[in-house]
Amino acid sequence: MINIILPELGEGITQATVACWHAKPGDNLTAGQEVCEVVTDKASFVIEAPQSGKLSSITVDEGREASIGSTLGTIE
Amino acid sequence: MNIQDWGLIDYSQGYARQKALVQDVIAGADDHLILCEHPPVLTLGRMTNPDSLLYQRADIEARGVAIVGIDRGGDVTLHAPGQLVVYPIFNLNKRGKNLKVYMEKLEELAVDLLRNFGILAISIPGKRGVFVGKDKIISIGVGVRKWVTYHGLGINVNTDLSLFNLIKPCGLDVRMSSMKKLMGHAVDMQDVKKEIINQFNTRC
Repeated sequence: MINIILPELGEGITQATVACWHAKPGDNLTAGQEVCEVVTDKASFVIEAPQSGKLSSITVDEGREASIGSTLGTIE
Repeated sequence: MNIQDWGLIDYSQGYARQKALVQDVIAGADDHLILCEHPPVLTLGRMTNPDSLLYQRADIEARGVAIVGIDRGGDVTLHAPGQLVVYPIFNLNKRGKNLKVYMEKLEELAVDLLRNFGILAISIPGKRGVFVGKDKIISIGVGVRKWVTYHGLGINVNTDLSLFNLIKPCGLDVRMSSMKKLMGHAVDMQDVKKEIINQFNTRC
């Protein structure tokens, strides 16, 4: 199982909010596919699937905040 | 940096062109700086609060203002002729991967742009954009894909400010201003374009 991680967005940014998911659990993803978007400080940032597989879970729902480095969802 | 002036362009058409340029830059092309104006349109960012639209959508559209949902950070904003829209399509992989620094740089050069027209503007910690007193004059909202930026700045040069009465700009109870309002006369858009290009060339 591979975690979809909220990456470093720059020094001083510790959290971001999940704005939307472009996939739902059970969807097949290809590596590099846009899977969700997070927003911080009036910037939206597209998160991509780190590898191909099935989106098995969404850990952070739309509208919820997450810390940098935390898991947003999982792929298996 | 490749500079393009698209003139007055439909929002959706401009958005599609931005996206194409983002793909070019991701593929290794040089950065682009796009200047344009849009016919009246409300764009709804990812964090738009439904209460930020102060009228029914049908009533807004009946006034000739389109409504488009987009992948930009922030709440609702308005574009209209007289507002200089600036889209930096920049590869932050080459400029330091830091969204905060990038946004602050946009604010700094916007403040300097206005200073060169005799307008003393400020950025306010915790509120993105550029303000004169408590009034907002420049809105900022960006999107980032593979560390390549799109969307950008809306500089109210000669904008019809009454259109902002349709919304809570950026979800805030804030009054909007323009260079025209502050300077007491219409401002030559070409002069503002030259100055913003100069700011980007100097700082970026």
